[in-house]
Amino acid sequence: MIKKKMKRQILISILIAIGINPDYATSFQDHGPGLGSGVSSEEIAAWDTSVFPDGEGLPRGEGSVKNGEVLYKSKCITCHGENGLGTTTGAQLAGAQLDLTSEYPEQTIGSYWPYATTVFDVIRRSMPMTAPGSLSDNEVYALTAYLLFLNNIIDEYGVMNASKLPKVKMPNEDGFINIYKIEETFR
Amino acid sequence: MKKDRANGLSLKEHEVAGNGLLDRRLFLLRGLQFGVIANITPTNSLATTATDIDLIGPTWMHEPGEPFSTYGEPSEHEDDVVRFPVQNEMVPGNGVSWTPLHLLEGTITPNGLHYERHHNGVPQINPKNHRLLIHGLVKKDLIFSIDDLLRYPMESKICFIECGGNSNAGWNKQPSQSQAGYFNGLASCSEWTGVPLSVLLAEVGLRKKSKWLVAEGADAFAMQMSIPIDKALDDAFLALYQNGERIRPENGYPLRLIVPGWEGVLNVKWLRRLKVTNRPVMARNETSRYTELQPSGKSRMFTFPIEAKSLITSPSAHMVLKGPSLYQITGLAWSGRGKISKVEISADGGETWGEAALQEPILDRSFTRFRLPWNWNGKPAVLKSRAIDETGYVQPERTELVKKRGRHGFFHYNAITNWHIDSDGFVSHVYDKKENETTDSDINIDSDWD
Repeated sequence: MIKKKMKRQILISILIAIGINPDYATSFQDHGPGLGSGVSSEEIAAWDTSVFPDGEGLPRGEGSVKNGEVLYKSKCITCHGENGLGTTTGAQLAGAQLDLTSEYPEQTIGSYWPYATTVFDVIRRSMPMTAPGSLSDNEVYALTAYLLFLNNIIDEYGVMNASKLPKVKMPNEDGFINIYKIEETFR
Repeated sequence: MKKDRANGLSLKEHEVAGNGLLDRRLFLLRGLQFGVIANITPTNSLATTATDIDLIGPTWMHEPGEPFSTYGEPSEHEDDVVRFPVQNEMVPGNGVSWTPLHLLEGTITPNGLHYERHHNGVPQINPKNHRLLIHGLVKKDLIFSIDDLLRYPMESKICFIECGGNSNAGWNKQPSQSQAGYFNGLASCSEWTGVPLSVLLAEVGLRKKSKWLVAEGADAFAMQMSIPIDKALDDAFLALYQNGERIRPENGYPLRLIVPGWEGVLNVKWLRRLKVTNRPVMARNETSRYTELQPSGKSRMFTFPIEAKSLITSPSAHMVLKGPSLYQITGLAWSGRGKISKVEISADGGETWGEAALQEPILDRSFTRFRLPWNWNGKPAVLKSRAIDETGYVQPERTELVKKRGRHGFFHYNAITNWHIDSDGFVSHVYDKKENETTDSDINIDSDWD
């Protein structure tokens, strides 16, 4: 009995040493037929456009508020309105007058979004809705800079790039309660 | 004791709650006759009178029928049983289509009526040109073709999917008068078949710090959502089939992530990439949307499981009861935390409650059909249903939910729905009297799909 337990301990130590989380060791029993193919890190890099709040995934490039304004007026204004005030078809992105506890709260990038990197990520992957994926990384940085400017988070001379964007502190960053984490502690 | 002539038995002695609610076991008695509940639709108003009908030798008995078909279609006489789409004016692929729950029976949603929520249209994917990449905090990044995945051992699970924004008209100050499915039908239930995610995650080999998965779809929105790895390993799977056939394009063809019981947006359609990470990506749809602003100004985030909910689908808004009689109350209940353990119905606005019969089998995280006989006396009445799940959670009254969450959370509305029946039998949606809010014009949030 004790021997068996020790064997298990040794096995767990080995698993940890080779980088496998022993918590998941049981799922190895469900090993499938192994039909996946290998993939190069270059291919993954081209495919992986996820951008994290700490800046992981941000590409090279740069864009200014000034360039962003020009782009916004040609590609975004139809849906999101002048100065990001929104229309009946596109969300309000800036210019929140009423705060989050008011009768008619305005949830804009400046008043609501917790991370500036999300702005870059969603523009690059989804916008403009009529031609998603058509903007260059420089253009996405410029639009991100312009939207941060419209929300009074950076000034009109501002520039955004991979090192500056993750450092932007959003006003509502602490406005969220992670319900999953709270429930996890009771599980 | 007065006997009900039509049914030849005393209904009074079978009452289990006020205003004519009867014992659910009454269904076991033979010969029960139910009154007619008609849908007020153009089709019904054109119904032919009995004198026009040739019951002795209808034409379809005197000529050969239609030939075989390669793929069956519903009867042309059922053409009002359709989804109800609400789209963005500028981007017609951004919106929803509601399942007509009020026109359906049983628990399985037909594939062509499963609700839709797309952010930028339905991609028409050639499966030969589609791959699934699993990468990140893994020992070995792997890429799978659909043909590869079709060769894996599969499992099936019947489960509901409900959009986090379902029933959000409930937050409005005035009760929605849409048909039951057309404001609660961003919920549907299917048998999904596919490869357990745990099998594929075992093949790539999770590294020690792996805590989350970032799932990405191959649509024009490139939908991206973060899902805890514990859930992925527990019961998530990659579905290839829906109700026995390959998933329809609007439901994620050729590959959909199924996260049983968790809000619809996590069940990423057209799945093409899973990145194993140590933290969520904080995508647009887990920060600026699908989070719930509370009266405090703080917002609930990562509210994954769908809480228990129920809805009487018949009688419901836009229907009419044809006179005092015995009626069957029926509806659906579901919970993202497990099985439904009980559904209670009230016919007196919540004063007294009777237990409904639940259709077997009662399945985990699935639609559960409930039924209860009701002897309507022809007087105005308010019907309610409330679900209780196996965790003991009780579906809240609207007053309770609004008091706790405010009215600006947009998502996860699961309060009890009231159906008012007037003395002419017309059914409408009402809030409780104590909920009467200001009647001034209010922004309707249920059309705000962006």
